[in-house]
Amino acid sequence: MSKLHVTTTINGEPVEYLCDASASMLDILRGPLGLTGTKEGCGSGDCGACSITVDGRLVCACLMLAAEAEGKAIGTIEGMAEHGVLHPLQQKFLEMAALQCGICTPGVLMASKALLERNPDPTEEEVRFWLAGNLCRCTGYDKIVRAVMETAADMRETVR
Amino acid sequence: MTEIRYLAPSTLDEAVKAFAAASGAASILAGGTDLLVQMRAGVRQPGTIIDIKKIADMTAIEDLGGGAFRIGAAVSGATLAEHPTFGKAWPGVLEAINLIGSKQVQGRASPGGNLCNASPAGDSVPAMVAAGAVVTIQGPNGRREVPVEAIPAGPGRTTLTPGEIVVSFTFPKRPKGSGDAYLRMIPRTEMDIAVVGLGVNLVMEGGVVKEARVGLGAVAPTVLLVEDAAKALIGSRLEDAALEKAAEACRAACKPINDKRGTIAYRTKVAGVLLKRVAAIAAQRAGGN
Amino acid sequence: MNDMSNKWIGARTIRPDGADKVTGRAQYSADFAMPGMIWGKVLRSPHAHAVIKSIDTSKAEALPGVKAVVTAKDFVPFPVDKPVALGIQDMRWMARNILAHEKALFHGHPIAAVAAISEEVAAEACKLIAVDYEVLPHAIEIEDAIKPDAPILHDFLKHEGKPSNIAGTMVLKTGDVEKGFAEADVVVEHTFTSRPVHQGYIEPHACTVSYAADGRVTIWSSSQGQFMVRAMTSLLTGIPQSNIRAIPAEIGGGFGGKTIIYLEPVAVLLSKKSGRPVKMVMTRDEVMRATGPAPGSLMTVKIGAKKDGTLVAAKGEFYLQAGGLPGSPLRGPVGCSFAAYAIPNILSTGYDVVSNRSKVAAYRAPGAPHGAFATESVLDEIAHKLGLDPLEMRIKNSVKPGDKAIYGPVFGDVTFVETVDAIRKHPHYTAPLDRNPRPGVKRGRGVASGFWYNAGGESSVQVNITEDGNVVVTTGHPDVGGSRASIANVVAELLGIDHSRVSVIIGDTQTIGFSNLTGGSRVTFASAMVATASVEKVVGQLKDRAAKIWNIDAEAIKWEDGMALPAGDNAGKFPPLSLKELAAKANEMGGPIGTQVQLNTTGADPGFATHCVDVEVDVDLGIVRVLRYTAAQDVGRALHPSYVEGQIQGGVVQGIGWALSEEYLYDKNGRVDNAGFLDYRMPVCSDVPMIEALVIEIPNSKHPQGVRGVGEAPIVPPLAAIANAVNDALGVRFFDLPMSPPRVTARLDEAG
Repeated sequence: MSKLHVTTTINGEPVEYLCDASASMLDILRGPLGLTGTKEGCGSGDCGACSITVDGRLVCACLMLAAEAEGKAIGTIEGMAEHGVLHPLQQKFLEMAALQCGICTPGVLMASKALLERNPDPTEEEVRFWLAGNLCRCTGYDKIVRAVMETAADMRETVR
Repeated sequence: MTEIRYLAPSTLDEAVKAFAAASGAASILAGGTDLLVQMRAGVRQPGTIIDIKKIADMTAIEDLGGGAFRIGAAVSGATLAEHPTFGKAWPGVLEAINLIGSKQVQGRASPGGNLCNASPAGDSVPAMVAAGAVVTIQGPNGRREVPVEAIPAGPGRTTLTPGEIVVSFTFPKRPKGSGDAYLRMIPRTEMDIAVVGLGVNLVMEGGVVKEARVGLGAVAPTVLLVEDAAKALIGSRLEDAALEKAAEACRAACKPINDKRGTIAYRTKVAGVLLKRVAAIAAQRAGGN
Repeated sequence: MNDMSNKWIGARTIRPDGADKVTGRAQYSADFAMPGMIWGKVLRSPHAHAVIKSIDTSKAEALPGVKAVVTAKDFVPFPVDKPVALGIQDMRWMARNILAHEKALFHGHPIAAVAAISEEVAAEACKLIAVDYEVLPHAIEIEDAIKPDAPILHDFLKHEGKPSNIAGTMVLKTGDVEKGFAEADVVVEHTFTSRPVHQGYIEPHACTVSYAADGRVTIWSSSQGQFMVRAMTSLLTGIPQSNIRAIPAEIGGGFGGKTIIYLEPVAVLLSKKSGRPVKMVMTRDEVMRATGPAPGSLMTVKIGAKKDGTLVAAKGEFYLQAGGLPGSPLRGPVGCSFAAYAIPNILSTGYDVVSNRSKVAAYRAPGAPHGAFATESVLDEIAHKLGLDPLEMRIKNSVKPGDKAIYGPVFGDVTFVETVDAIRKHPHYTAPLDRNPRPGVKRGRGVASGFWYNAGGESSVQVNITEDGNVVVTTGHPDVGGSRASIANVVAELLGIDHSRVSVIIGDTQTIGFSNLTGGSRVTFASAMVATASVEKVVGQLKDRAAKIWNIDAEAIKWEDGMALPAGDNAGKFPPLSLKELAAKANEMGGPIGTQVQLNTTGADPGFATHCVDVEVDVDLGIVRVLRYTAAQDVGRALHPSYVEGQIQGGVVQGIGWALSEEYLYDKNGRVDNAGFLDYRMPVCSDVPMIEALVIEIPNSKHPQGVRGVGEAPIVPPLAAIANAVNDALGVRFFDLPMSPPRVTARLDEAG
């Protein structure tokens, strides 16, 4: 079976891989590339555990072919902390216990970061609707929403 | 385990040629939010996947002036939402497109894909039907244009002929006093497939409805243009009687099924309820113009 | 030790496993890989009910790339007439759930399994397995399964002497219930139903297994108990426990659903046959079709009361769905429904009903939410009828310390009234409610209470002092949501050192002593108790070392703020010896410092919860939304308040899903029609409000820190609380869950 050769960028690093045409981005991230921080909860775009960014756009890795990454910039949870320093969202999630089992956490963090990049001052309703595609079964969402809003407030303060 | 080919042509001609050559064994990939799920479930097993997002026309948004727009079939909902003027002219269409799935799905899902997936419950379709959008299609025999409502043929089926690809949607000019809106009934607040979806597009003058179009989804094998509902609204000031008549027309148009998402009785009732609610929002927007 | 001025107990510290979980580095069950690993896949029944006449695997075995195929014949047999208990499970049923034996009992029931060089080849091979089925009529719902002419699932099950789908019964009684009803001024009786709901953990079941050439097995998988994984795998494969190392991966949610296993024994035998490590990962579709939901229920509850609200008699009949094999959690509704109330005459009966759907598993307070839905709805109606405040009525009828519980023991502490009182005094309960904010929209408020036993049981904890004077704690319980954080707080407190110096890890089956499942609200109770005993031993060792160094009696030494000090002036004057200093001298003073303590813990007093909820109903569309939610619960002591609140908030939202949107839908062939997150409809972020958790801390006197247990009780009241609120909004009572839009609309139409 002949494979496709893909040249892309993942978390700022150039990456090349071979994939079947039918392979999803999630298959390649978790398999050959060993980036298992991106989780698979459903494989159908209904849980958001595999949230990544493609050229800054939030998507589900399970709903994208690996072949489509050619020439794109992919962002995953492994790239969220830079130089060993947690992103403010990651730090706040720890401080406010916005995770229990943690399986949804990478996806929730990727989605929350994408939200704050577009909307630095979201209302509770905006946070809730933005995160509607990220299922969490442990927390009841309360502490997640609070952590995102508090991080946004902190980040606005820092910018000022 | 047959081998699948992936093609990402940069011109429409190449795409059409490849699509036609595959004679039915190929699938067009726009956002892929339906295609990948169907492939994984084994419902679709394409021999060739043709990714159309490298074709410039497919992802372009053109403001033609006066509220008229041409949008590429593969434009994602998220991209459309960031466009500075589209949502001002067509808020109902935009909100319908951005009810498709999550933010993650909206980063990929497109109106072209939503239309060609041909689910009776596709959210963007009733809104585009109400808008009077026209579809530009390119195929082996050239280019043609048809209204949106002419595309769906039944669940999962379209009237596209072999090798034809949906290229773009053209939205007409907006006269003064125009407004559109879309609502759907779902059990949760997000992430569900519409149990009923309904779009209304109005042109009003001095509080009187001059033009109206009503698109109704998830209550029949295809999305419907409910002309009787539009007739009931035209000439009215959206008085209760006119709204009830239009609601009755929507209910009468329903040919739903009982399925996991809703019952016949429930869907029929909801079609009428939504007509009244959506017409009120569209009218408010028309008044605000 | 239970001082509210504690430094670490009760502090909102950062969890020891946190950084790995926010950076994607934590390894969950599907994140593991081994050199030479191949993939296992399960062939599942396409029928709801069928006799398996034969299975021919020859074509699958011949497919290039296939390395092994197994069927039930490869496993240790468990004849139906010889019960083999493992905890609350019976291996006769577990064996038949993991791979079908005589019959396929539900759509999705595993029939055979394949290991091959890739997932694709394994899936292809599954299609080549020829199974000769004799398809039988099926029964899905309880109502259908208990009809006289229902298809019988198991010939060997008899009820009242006849073949039946009723696999077992449970009866608890006290007093004379008929006499009680005769004395009542008001009697209310209703029949309720609820549908099975899935635990909905986001992480599908998965494992990687290596069967080595020397017969030693290593299992990486996530579960609520690595010792359960080892024991069940051992029983099903015949491999001794000493040769099975079950390593707990991080667990992506369980809620009870991972207290049993599905894949591990299958992967072990595939690995043994193929000589290769085998990885198996379920799809979401497989999780929904073939792993255990909570049971559905059919319940009739009748309660009688005096005019003043005194409850005099209660009768409950609870039919619970077991799925294809026996074993529904009858002790949930039968024991919990009336447990919070001092009712002199009770008759509570449960029926375990098999039907053609996946075998149920534990789900948060197994069976208790069902019973509370019925009981707390009936109580609400009695309060209305008598014109009493529903909370006052609950306080009036609360059991008292020393009362005998219907399920056997005599109550020690009873803190039910405190939870009711917390809601009664909370601003939510008395806040004005705009009952008709817009045309077509109605609002209402409801309350309900809940009871859960809580539990203790076996736990092992090691505390080791590192050579540089820091602390490593090992427990045997998978951490489903913050137990490491709680134990770190306790150990730091007891040793008097900074929290950052304590590391807490979860041991595997061969490195830590036996520890029971994470479940039943037991882990924090048990492991904190055992960690305390462990630390006390270590402190004893530290004092001994200081005693040797100072050449005084160990009794003359006290441990304070992480240091050994002379207990008083008589002991002599010595500069304090810190943990670090003692660790540095450990080897010359007798060797490494550390210990393991193993106990079967007891003294977990029951948990009580009372909830208040406001709902809004879109009358035309039948949509119910929760606007405000307040949940009060006595937790004894919150070792880490954030994770205690999190348990309450999470349990409540699961309850909201159960009440309003979650259910399994079947087609006419008995196949699950909504085996995915899309149409199963768990609450998403925008569906729910903030959940206010009122954490009441009345210390459990039988626990060193006062812990009572948290996780189960929060899911008990929501179903009834929401139903009571909907009734308050609409004046129509709902007896069937979920209160989904088509159901609400139909019920309103029916009620006129």
